[in-house]
Amino acid sequence: MTGSAPLLEVDKLVKEYRGGRRLADRLTGRPETVVRAVTGVSLSIARGEIVGLIGESGCGKSTLGRSILRLHEPTSGRVTFDGTDVTALAAPAMKAMRRRMQIIFQDPYASLNPRRTVGEIVGLPLRLHGLARSPAEVRDLVAAMIEKVGLKSAHLDRYPHQFSGGQRQRIGIARALVSHPEFIVCDEPVSALDVSIQAQIIQLLTDLKSEMGLTYLFISHDISVIGYLSDRVAVMYLGELVEFGPVEDVLARPRHPYTQSLMSAVPEVDRPGHRHRVRLEGDLPSPLAPPPGCRFHTRCPFATDICRREAPRTETVGPGHTAACHRLSENLSLLDEEQA
Amino acid sequence: MTDALLEVNGLRTVFDTRAGTVCAVDGVDATVRRGECLGVVGESGSGKSVTFASVMGLVRPPGRIEAGRILFEGRDLRALSPRQMRAIRGRDIAMTMQDALTALNPALTVGEQMAEMMEAHDESLPASRGARRRAIAERSAEMLGLVGIPSAGERLRQYPHEFSGGMRQRIMIAIALASRPKLLIADEPTTALDVTIQAQVLELITDIRAELGMSVVLITHDLGVVAEHCDRVMVMYAGQVVETGPTADVIGAPRHPYTKGLLASIPRLALRGQRIRPIEGQVPELIDLPPQCRFYSRCPERGPECLRPVEMHDAGEGREARCVRVVPEMVS
Amino acid sequence: MSATEEIIAAGPAEPARETPFRRNMRAFAANPLALGSAVVVGLFILMAIFAPLVAPHDPADTDLLRRLQPPAWLPGGDWAHPLGCDALGRDILSRIIYGARVSIFIGAAVVLVATTIGILAGLAAGYLRGWVDVAISRFVDILLGFPYLIFAIGLMAMMGPGLGNIILALVYKEWVIPCRVVRGETLAARELEYVEAARAIGASRGYIMLREILPNILSPVIVVSTIRMAHVIILEASLSFLGLGVQPPTASWGAMVADGRAFILQAWWVSTFPGVAILLLVLAINVASQGLRDAFDPRFHE
Repeated sequence: MTGSAPLLEVDKLVKEYRGGRRLADRLTGRPETVVRAVTGVSLSIARGEIVGLIGESGCGKSTLGRSILRLHEPTSGRVTFDGTDVTALAAPAMKAMRRRMQIIFQDPYASLNPRRTVGEIVGLPLRLHGLARSPAEVRDLVAAMIEKVGLKSAHLDRYPHQFSGGQRQRIGIARALVSHPEFIVCDEPVSALDVSIQAQIIQLLTDLKSEMGLTYLFISHDISVIGYLSDRVAVMYLGELVEFGPVEDVLARPRHPYTQSLMSAVPEVDRPGHRHRVRLEGDLPSPLAPPPGCRFHTRCPFATDICRREAPRTETVGPGHTAACHRLSENLSLLDEEQA
Repeated sequence: MTDALLEVNGLRTVFDTRAGTVCAVDGVDATVRRGECLGVVGESGSGKSVTFASVMGLVRPPGRIEAGRILFEGRDLRALSPRQMRAIRGRDIAMTMQDALTALNPALTVGEQMAEMMEAHDESLPASRGARRRAIAERSAEMLGLVGIPSAGERLRQYPHEFSGGMRQRIMIAIALASRPKLLIADEPTTALDVTIQAQVLELITDIRAELGMSVVLITHDLGVVAEHCDRVMVMYAGQVVETGPTADVIGAPRHPYTKGLLASIPRLALRGQRIRPIEGQVPELIDLPPQCRFYSRCPERGPECLRPVEMHDAGEGREARCVRVVPEMVS
Repeated sequence: MSATEEIIAAGPAEPARETPFRRNMRAFAANPLALGSAVVVGLFILMAIFAPLVAPHDPADTDLLRRLQPPAWLPGGDWAHPLGCDALGRDILSRIIYGARVSIFIGAAVVLVATTIGILAGLAAGYLRGWVDVAISRFVDILLGFPYLIFAIGLMAMMGPGLGNIILALVYKEWVIPCRVVRGETLAARELEYVEAARAIGASRGYIMLREILPNILSPVIVVSTIRMAHVIILEASLSFLGLGVQPPTASWGAMVADGRAFILQAWWVSTFPGVAILLLVLAINVASQGLRDAFDPRFHE
């Protein structure tokens, strides 16, 4: 967005999961199963920006988020945070780095240890990184953070099961923010919540962002949420980035047929029924055996021979707007004029 | 009146828990007309699923139906014996569940499950065994084709785990449709699915509804889904219906503050840069609720006149809302 | 705004929701058979602890005049020795009471040590994965290949009898069982988001294993350990029966059954009463632990 160096740079990140070969597999010569969850994704995030990452389940968006934080060790590729190569850091330096990069999880029930009080959960980052001099100071800082996310300091001695889903998500946010990080991976933080609670949490996250000067990678399958929040949006399909650019461009004039079909599939309250809907045939192919050529060709209405043979290169289609499709120059669109 | 397929009056379903009696559904009136699609919207705990589980006779202890009448084609379903109810369930009214993986039997092939359904409910099948089996196989393949599953003949011999999530949801719809029901209750049919698959499933339901002329109840938390697929909508909150009416009218000009809040809560590209105005607070626990408007504590329009039980008020043009502000003279 | 504050401050309307552990214990207490069995086990433990106060005689006191004296209710018996006497004229009741000390002490010690080792090994295998997991799991597989009792007999023959050696011989293999339980539970727990959250914060592996995972997987381990205690008591009795266990004159139920073998036709009570004691304790532990398992298994809650 700005001319300054990006806060986070992801360069050709690959994450593979190996199924492991058993003795029997080795004897029969069966190859090891390899799931390529993320296949060479590059993107950059400027300080103070919200980059939305969108895609359907199994596209690798959560894996990408976790690999950036090295919660899952990337197979290859580089993650640079504020000039430091995170992927090369040894354990002690990585631990120090974790204070600056945090994550908010999807499931407000699974992400909090049921046997810890709220005070212990939120206070843990402070204690681990020695950010407070005394237990009393930990408590003060935790209380301040808990109030910042809209709960009461009187809640500190309660256990997670005594809270509702929305309140628990607030606790998870407090845990992520208490060490004053600069960068947060928000991994579907509102997907498990009811509509009215979802809006509360979105509002809280945007308020905290401007208040604390945060940068978000916001992962979601919900285009409406991404469209509302993000400055730029990245679209993933089967481990690959198919389109990336400013949200106004990508969502208003999507260039990749997959982004177009995603846009047309979202039911919206504003303009029901006035739309020609793109019907994508079939389901997401298995990442165990991704299709050759362009990975989207099995479901793409525009697929031709070259799409079945060759993987498309990423091309620039506008200012800061890139897409990976063989037929970009033809300006095909699945969407009606009215929608564009 | 005459075109009502399903009529629910004053339904009250409660669950006995140690903390007290939870009134999950409290005085719900609902009508489903022939051939229409009714959207039922609400958040978790609103009672939307329990209402239709009650209609299906699927409420099990510690839950029980305490009061109310459920008329299906004029017959009171609550007065029926369990055997009569079983006959109606599946044949006349079918229900699909949110989680297709657990709702299908993992030990039986899809074909076996469809055959089971037809054997149980279809009297039109031929009497002789061979002809009967052929008829069932034919109809099953036809149904799978109808829900958009290719090479249906082979697919019938596969087990549920061999299908993807979207496929399973379609199979469950196919099984539900196998007996050509008059009413399909679809409980969050797309919540567990990705958007592109969700669009496929919803269009499928809409197409089949037109083709078979059945009525559909679509239970969902997604107002967008309702806006695109339903003729009428019923908004539920804390066990009560708070607003009903034609979908376009309700969404275009909501009368109940909760419906307004829900609509304002949906983030949209068009709202970028503006603050969304979430509904403050959370849904009350359904135990020992005070006799007042249930939305009172979260309502931006609340006043002293809301501190007593609020009835559904006619808001004209086939609309109703449970808010005193719908009737100007009630607000002092 | 004030409305939000009010509602959030009030919290959920059900503040007294109990912890899972308390709910499980309530479910356990609601099962009369299991509760009764737990009481029986408790009585045995009290009896063992207060043996010198409860026992009518010194268990080692011999009185050759009372050789094979029958129980009190049979001709020739008297109430000074309610369950009769053995071949050396020792009071059987007193020996059973003192024998409980050996059985329960060995049972508890073996299970405690084995569970501790099993927890550490299982956590390491399940959380660290990789070669640690391969090494531990293979070792576990190898140990499981040996028949338990024969394995223990072999070890006892090598090390010689004695209380410490019995415990060692049984722990050698016993740790495998909690280890497998803990490994399985850890494999599931390590994928949970709160464990990932601890990693994201920068918590060390030791902290995550012992502070985040362990407290949440302890319930099934406790259930398995109580079931195993019954097995260990039988194994100890078997070793003592074979003369490889606690050495005379220390009273041990297994050895008492063995002592009575020679007189089983003339004086059945010498073998029978210690046998009944084993049966009763093992049965009570088993029923109580079954109840515990049912109570801790969420599938048994509606």
